[in-house]
Amino acid sequence: MNNLSERQAAPGIMNFDRPVPDIFRIHLGGVWEIGQQLPSAGQVQELIAADPRIRRIVFDSTALEGWDSALIIFLTKIIESGTKAGIAVERTGLPSGVQRLFCLASTVREPGGMTSHATREPLLARIGERTLGSLRASAGVLDFIGEATLAFFRLLGATARFRWADLGLTIQECGPGALPIVSLISALVGIIVAFVGIVQLRVFGAEVYIADVVGIAMAREMGALMTAIIMMGRTGAAFAAQLGTMEVNEEIDAFRTLGISPMEFLVMPRILALVLMMPLLCIYSDIVGILGGALIGIGMFDLSVTQYYDQTIQALTLTQLSIGIVKSAVFGVLIALSGCYYGIHCGRSASAVGNAATSAVVTGIVLIVVTDGIFAVITNALWI
Amino acid sequence: MNTSNNEPREERPHITVHDLTMAYGSHVVMQNLSFSIQRGEIFVVMGGSGCGKSTLMKVMIGLKYPQKGQVYYGDVNFWESDQALRNRVLRNIGILYQRGALWSSMTIGENVALPLEEYTDLSPSRISEIVSFKLSLVGLAGFEEYYPAEISGGMAKRAALARAMALDPEILFFDEPSSGLDPVSARLLDDLILELRESLQTTVVVVSHDLESIFAIADNTVFLDAETRTMIASGNPKTLLAETRDPKVRRFLTRGKPDIRKNREREKDTYCPENE
Ligand SMILES: Nc1ncnc2c1ncn2[C@@H]1O[C@H](COP(=O)(O)OP(=O)(O)OP(=O)(O)O)[C@@H](O)[C@H]1O
Ligand SMILES: [Mg+2]
Repeated sequence: MNNLSERQAAPGIMNFDRPVPDIFRIHLGGVWEIGQQLPSAGQVQELIAADPRIRRIVFDSTALEGWDSALIIFLTKIIESGTKAGIAVERTGLPSGVQRLFCLASTVREPGGMTSHATREPLLARIGERTLGSLRASAGVLDFIGEATLAFFRLLGATARFRWADLGLTIQECGPGALPIVSLISALVGIIVAFVGIVQLRVFGAEVYIADVVGIAMAREMGALMTAIIMMGRTGAAFAAQLGTMEVNEEIDAFRTLGISPMEFLVMPRILALVLMMPLLCIYSDIVGILGGALIGIGMFDLSVTQYYDQTIQALTLTQLSIGIVKSAVFGVLIALSGCYYGIHCGRSASAVGNAATSAVVTGIVLIVVTDGIFAVITNALWI
Repeated sequence: MNTSNNEPREERPHITVHDLTMAYGSHVVMQNLSFSIQRGEIFVVMGGSGCGKSTLMKVMIGLKYPQKGQVYYGDVNFWESDQALRNRVLRNIGILYQRGALWSSMTIGENVALPLEEYTDLSPSRISEIVSFKLSLVGLAGFEEYYPAEISGGMAKRAALARAMALDPEILFFDEPSSGLDPVSARLLDDLILELRESLQTTVVVVSHDLESIFAIADNTVFLDAETRTMIASGNPKTLLAETRDPKVRRFLTRGKPDIRKNREREKDTYCPENE
């Protein structure tokens, strides 16, 4: 304790003298510790720069009572500016602990070569790199899709290898597990569509047609689209994170070197699970959405239950329903593919898994919406 | 280990690495590596941290394309073969990854069993017997039902070792097998490696920093140097220690001891702020 109070009483001090004209001697005294008022290295740098006769800097630390990294940082600056100006900095006058730390800091060094990352290449080179990079990436995506297709055919030919238990688990996880959130969102979507629609229809006294609007909107578009977006955020992101973590842990390497294709073993069960579950979720979502719409139509505007029911049955054709169901199966493939693609191509760093999940969701949602648009155009052209 | 395989293979090295250069993008990690590993030999790859030992292993086991050069298993030119042949070669290789790489969604038992299920048509009960035996070899008897997340790092490493040995492969690759193990387990591991070689004639390629274990098990070594980015020494470690002139190799094999001792002595009679 005594020691401590003494130290606080003696902050770091610094004096200079010149035993001979070409030597600059720095006397260090007191306590040089972080958090204390300390002399700045700038002062020394200025003095040295002002006198071109100086050839050597030496230290005298006999009055020094204590030090920590603060002193090291101070000295590093002096050594750096000294080396730049071609002045020798002699460390012999420093406490031996300081000398050792300097020694250690200059020997523990990663092998060179990694610095090349830091050098900025010319603009054209960078553009070229980027272009080649994205070309390679697209080739990678095509590779992935091709491999997935082959794996699918092997599955049909019953030569694909994966554990059925995994498929069961994944189905459990992405089917029943998603019901609560799908229920909530679908009911709300049904309610919103009904609200927006009924206000307009009322103008014409045609409230009863709200059943048609909600029914067709849910069956054709909203059911499939909403489940797809929910599943992308829920399951697609989870796929990316699971496979990403496996990649980081070298688990995927361990599959490859065992001659087991990660595509068959990890990706196939996930695609299958989603392709099986998405249509079911979509039908479920349709029903919940229609119920949500009915809640508004029957509860707030006085349509009777039978009226609403009849109207819905009349409006919904098998074609309407199957468009939604087919779309949801396609969305299932897209979700699984983008989740797994980003998972398997995840880097090895700590942030890589997070990035993989983010990219998977962003790409997946874009793909879903674009595909939905394509479906709209095609069905329109076919007059369905 | 295949007794049916009585061709005059023994003449030829089991693994040959010829003029290998490996790189991540434009960053060359190691270049011009050439060495060969005899059947039944325990071969150690040494070198400082980050010099490219794991990368070399990745190239040798088919996880990373070499930038240049060849890897031969017997007379099979690994990187120029098609996938089917490569898989056939890999079938005879067991690998312990630096971080274990147990499959996290499966129990320890299932991890060890999967290679057996994939490549043999043993009955499930027979497989579970083998699994128990392999786990007991690494001191993990009775841990079949645990998940990798439920055991310690060192235990995971040992479980991964059991998985690598599941198929009694002809070649075992170990990336720093003793890291994360206590001295006694590390010693037992050395004995196990020697035993595998004796009983099954397994060729073992070990990446290691552990000097004690290197001297205990290695028949042959190569030393990779990060600065010159190539191998700067090879041979039996004891011979190497006795004969090498290269200061880097010497420093590695002696843990840089002479230098440190000199420093320590110098420290004693110089200033030390804490003594005041
Ligand atoms: N995926 C990667 N992408 C880019 N560079 C990499 C990658 N993996 C490793 N490196 C670089 O390659 C070099 C060698 O890495 P490697 O993992 O082979 O080292 P190591 O000898 O196994 O080291 P350690 O003993 O610490 O495990 C390092 O400089 C590292 O930065
Ligand atoms: Mg390594």
